[in-house]
Amino acid sequence: MSKKERLVAAIQDGTVIDHIPAAKTFQVANLLQLERLSTPVTIGYNFTSNKVGRKGIIKVSNRFFTDAEISHLSVVAPNAVLNIIHDYEVAEKKTVRTPDELRGIVKCNNPKCITNNEPTGTIFHVVDKSEGILRCHYCEKEQHIDQVELCK
Amino acid sequence: MEKHNFVDIKSFDKQQLLYLIEMAREFERFPNRELLKGRVIATLFYEPSTRTRLSFETAANRLGARIIGFTDAKVSSVSKGETLKDTILMVSNYADIIVMRHHIEGAAQYAAEVAPVPIVNAGDGAHQHPSQCLLDLYSIAQTQGTLENLDICLVGDLKYGRTVHSLLMAMRHFNPTFHFIAPKELAMPEEYKIFCSQNGIRFEEHHDFTPEIISQADILYMTRVQRERFSDLMEYEQVKNVYILRNDMLTDARENMKILHPLPRVNEIAYDVDENPHAYYIQQAKNGLFARQAIFAHCLGITLDEIQADITIL
Repeated sequence: MSKKERLVAAIQDGTVIDHIPAAKTFQVANLLQLERLSTPVTIGYNFTSNKVGRKGIIKVSNRFFTDAEISHLSVVAPNAVLNIIHDYEVAEKKTVRTPDELRGIVKCNNPKCITNNEPTGTIFHVVDKSEGILRCHYCEKEQHIDQVELCK
Repeated sequence: MEKHNFVDIKSFDKQQLLYLIEMAREFERFPNRELLKGRVIATLFYEPSTRTRLSFETAANRLGARIIGFTDAKVSSVSKGETLKDTILMVSNYADIIVMRHHIEGAAQYAAEVAPVPIVNAGDGAHQHPSQCLLDLYSIAQTQGTLENLDICLVGDLKYGRTVHSLLMAMRHFNPTFHFIAPKELAMPEEYKIFCSQNGIRFEEHHDFTPEIISQADILYMTRVQRERFSDLMEYEQVKNVYILRNDMLTDARENMKILHPLPRVNEIAYDVDENPHAYYIQQAKNGLFARQAIFAHCLGITLDEIQADITIL
């Protein structure tokens, strides 16, 4: 890709998160707690994409995410791709895998659930990965992964 | 020692359920003992439930334990804004077992995770009421001599009735055939029908409650059709008298058939049924005592052998 075509500055080492649905870009940044980093982070969105319409891209220098951290993205950007960059080259591509369990990520949509009435974190079991069905560990109400509200 | 909670009937496998039933049977033979002498049991009732509380407290009293607790959250520190976690940790300092009824769903599971002592779920909102389920299983086992291969009719509110959902889940180990008899608005939810299919449980759905269906049943499990469950009161008016059991409907019932009801009843079982030998709902409530004695034994790691060899029987 020529310099003119390049969307945002290249990074030497780090992670480029691509194919984020544009509207979810900041949620991805939140889930990965990028605001806590001291390394350079570039957040871009509303780029044209054949895959998701308008997409977001996040470039994070000198930071590599664990599989557990990446799995958190399954609730907002299941089709995101993480390019692991070493010395300006893509050394590895990682996709988002739906985890068996989500801790402290998703809010329970049952107002009578203990997690909405007590200062405690949520736990969800992913009971059907192909359909994206989550079940609250406490009240056992089910919700769809596409319709979740994230914990603040 | 490993902590044994009693929070959720689903977490018990077939052998464990049969073991609890066997323990309840021993307690029915000799309900008065000093097996729990020197123990303290806390009953924390965040919402009133006289029947369940009396049953748990009687179970504790007849085993020689002492009881602390409250019957209304208004008199506890909850009214001062204390979290459930703090209350549970505080009471854990005093009691060997905590029995809790709460209006919030999942409260018992949460309490079990934070408490150093065993938690017994005496009902958490619309979610679970596992001690009711155990006494239902015990009642079925006592009246039929087995839990295997039974025909069970569930009648009334199958949508919101947590007792029928728990019973359905617990019976999955015992090859039952279910008949779901309910108005459309209160039909068995799809998720439980899927559960039946996945677990090879046979079921049929009916909207009419007839002597013919009753004649196929070993257990007739009645529930209350509650007015407040209906969005359309016209529909309530139409169905409210359809799911009432009357004595003359029992003529062709199987000899072994028993009528269960979690109680309280309003009008869904006519009073003339009370004298019929098929009626079992009052004895069923009594079984709650033995089931809850078994739950306490389970929580404290007391074995069936110890109960059988108990020298504290009064």
